Formats: sequence, C-alpha cells, structure tokens
Amino acid sequence: MKKTPLYDEHLRLNGKIVEFAGWQMPVQYSGVVAEHVAVRERVGLFDVSHMGEIWVTGPNAEKALEYMTCNKVSSLYDGKAHYSAILNERGGVVDDIIVYRCSQERFLICVNASNADKDFEWLTKHNPTDATIVNASAEYGQIAVQGPKAIEVVTPLVTGADLSTLKYFHFVECEILNSPVIVARTGYTGEDGVEIFVKAEKTVEVWRLLLDHGAVQGVLPCGLGARDSLRLEAALPLHGHELAEDITALESGLGWIVKFDKGDFIGKEALLKQREAGLAKKLVGFYLDEAGIARQGDTVATPDGTHVGVVASGTKTPTVNKALGMAFVETPHTALDTKLTFIVRGRAIAGHVVPLPFYKRSK
Amino acid sequence: MEFPSEYKYTKDHEWVRVEGDVAVVGITEFAQSELGDLVFVDLPQVGKSVATHQTLCVVESTKAASDVYSPLAGTVAERNDALADDPGLINRTPYTEGWIVKLSGVSHAEIAGLMSAEEYKNLVSK
Repeated sequence: MKKTPLYDEHLRLNGKIVEFAGWQMPVQYSGVVAEHVAVRERVGLFDVSHMGEIWVTGPNAEKALEYMTCNKVSSLYDGKAHYSAILNERGGVVDDIIVYRCSQERFLICVNASNADKDFEWLTKHNPTDATIVNASAEYGQIAVQGPKAIEVVTPLVTGADLSTLKYFHFVECEILNSPVIVARTGYTGEDGVEIFVKAEKTVEVWRLLLDHGAVQGVLPCGLGARDSLRLEAALPLHGHELAEDITALESGLGWIVKFDKGDFIGKEALLKQREAGLAKKLVGFYLDEAGIARQGDTVATPDGTHVGVVASGTKTPTVNKALGMAFVETPHTALDTKLTFIVRGRAIAGHVVPLPFYKRSK
Repeated sequence: MEFPSEYKYTKDHEWVRVEGDVAVVGITEFAQSELGDLVFVDLPQVGKSVATHQTLCVVESTKAASDVYSPLAGTVAERNDALADDPGLINRTPYTEGWIVKLSGVSHAEIAGLMSAEEYKNLVSK
C-alpha cells in the first residue's frame, strides 16, 4: 500500500486512514460535514499527492497530445491548462485529465491516482511521435487549497507570482519556501482555489505552512469524504463512477471537451458515429423526493417499474442537504422533471431528473 | 470514549438499555466514530418483528450505507423519529438522544447474555 509524503501529517492530525486506489489516504479528520462546510464557507486543505503527474516533452509533444487526448491542445498557450480526457478507440474514457502547457515543448498531465500507471503505459504505447513521456508521479506531492478564502491564504506565501490575478484554469511556475512549485487555479470542489504541485520532499513543509497561515481564515484539513461530497454537488465526474472505459465521453456528458474540429485523435471516429446515431443513454442529475439515498449501482426505473438506468454516484450532501446523485438513464427518460424511481435495497424511492450542477458558487 | 456501565453491548457495536418492559437499542460511540457523520437513518416500521442479528435498520454516512443488527429478538415498539430530521443525534449523543428503536417482547435471559461494558471496552480497545 502506498503512502503520500503527508502520511505522517495525517496521523498527527487524527486523520482516519482508508485504502483508496492502492493508497493509504485520510477519509476525514474532524468530520465530513465540518470539512465540506469549511470548503464552501472558508477554506480547506486536501492532500492530493496520490494523483499522478506525467510529463510529455519535446518538439512533438503537442502533436502527440493532440492525438492521444480529446480536447484541443493547440488552443493552449504557456500558463494555460484545460480539462481533457484520454479516450480509447470506442470513445470510452481511459481517464480524465488536466493538461498544462508550460511551454510549446513541455506539457504536464495530471491524472487520477487509480489510473496513473495505466495512463502512462497507454500514452507510451499510443504515442504517434518521438515525444518523451515520463511518469514523474513519485517526484511530486500535490496540495489542493479550496474555498472562498483559498487565494487569500496562498497568495502571501508565494514568491514570483501574484495569485490574485491568476485566472481560472491558468497556472504559474513560482516558489514557496524557496522551492519551485506549480500553482494552478483549478480544483475539484466547485469553489475557487488552487492546486499546488510541490517537490515530494518539500510537501510536508508546504502543508504545515498552509495550515499555520490558514488558521486565521479557519482552514481545515479535509479528507476524501468531503472531496467526494463537494465534487458531487458541483457535478464533477469521478472516474469509476461517471467515467469508464466502456462508457463513451458523450454518454458521460464530456461532449464539451471533445473537439471534433481538430485533426485525428483516438476515439474520434467512434464518437462521430455515435453523435450521428444519437445517444442511447445519458448522464443526468436527480433528486430523491422520498426519504432514502440512492448509491452507485442502484437501479433506475420508470414509475411503472421498467428498468431504464443505473446510479453512477449518489449520497445526501451537506450544502444542498438533499439526497441527490447522477445516473445513466436511457435517453427517452432524461428530460428535466421526468419522474423516476430508484430501487434501493429492494424498495422503490421516487425521484426526478434535475439540471446539473446541484451547487454553483456565487461569483 | 464512553462505555456506560449500566448498558449491555454486542460485538457488532450496538448497545441495549433496559427500560421497564422494553429494551432501548442504539449504536455505540465507537461505532458512530467509525461510521463518520451520518446523513440518513432508514428506520424500521413500528410493529416489525426482528430476530437476533437480523438487520434492524440502515445508517448512512455520505460515503456508505451500513446495517445495524438487532441485538435481541423482539418487536419494534417505538422508533426515534427525531433521527429522520437529525441523524447527527447518533454522532453527538449515541447513548441518549441518538437511540434508534425500543424493542418489546424481549427475553431478559438474552439480554443477560450480551456483553458487559467492561467486555465491550476490551473488544474495541484491541
């Protein structure tokens, strides 16, 4: 079982450790609800060092990524990042990723912990060019600082950049504690904030600095539990739930990052065909109208009992305070307000289709 | 962590408190701390008969649903409907306001066979 550089910090902070994607990670410290609320109202700190970092470099790096990811890499510029995905030939999602352009010949990809090794092998195998691909996951720790006060906490600690003017999905290479870091205005919570890539051996020091300096703003260390409830309220997909190799990017609602107007890329042909034929199923949001919680794998049916789908993620979340979730449902039953029933432990619970996301921060 | 001495316990982390003819049932402080913040309790119907170790209700955190087993055979005489609005009662006051059901028709011999506070404390301290 792997440990992040912050493992001992989690123990020191009374984090409750669970196994996640082969890693020993904190699921919570003070409590999922308190941590969730801290991020919505103030600021929270997440250890996301288990995420993978892969470098794609060389004169053909852009060309390689253009073919192996679905978003338009040529629209990036230095200091700009975008959300994207690695697709298979069927248009299924090998992984969802963020691509950062450091320079024309240097791209960083951040990938899911559970898929890091698979992604690296995939990219190496499908690389159509001589671009260099390096799995640097072990060299980096990663800390997410999320919440309305996140920028206030991090800005004074950074030298060589002004974070207050850093735009969403932009990043800077700068320093914290005289050590090089990449600070990106990205996150997985639906709040403002940054994700900081830091050298593995410096991660503990930076984490402690953020905790100390964030005390004034009421920072809380947050675990995977809050990370999941926050991302679900913001309707951000999670690989293994809303995204999978046997579900296409279009079915998962990732059409907005699939750029058909660029050159050839893996999965393009299959997705073009599917777009033309129409989607048989789609990812929708739902609320339950009766007491209960529908979770991943629960059956979705019409009120007369015909099975029409399956739940991808579901829980009752702290901010929205309703039982909600996302489900794959046959297209004829996906219009807003369509009544559906959810089969939970053999009992039918009434619900209906709602727009996504469940939560949107006020700007 | 508390282990009220007048309560009885199970290895599945339920507690039982005798109140006249009925047995009040809940989950222990250890159990709630393992489960984390609860957001929903699927309570049984009043009048339902349960066998020992049968699922009595389901408690759910944001992350997972977990079964609570009946520590005794009996009939659900009353349920704590306050949990519908505030499942966190189980987290905050597991031994008092966080009670789950009251069972009638229970066997005092069966209650006597449950774990004492001391035995339960030893179990979770391991």
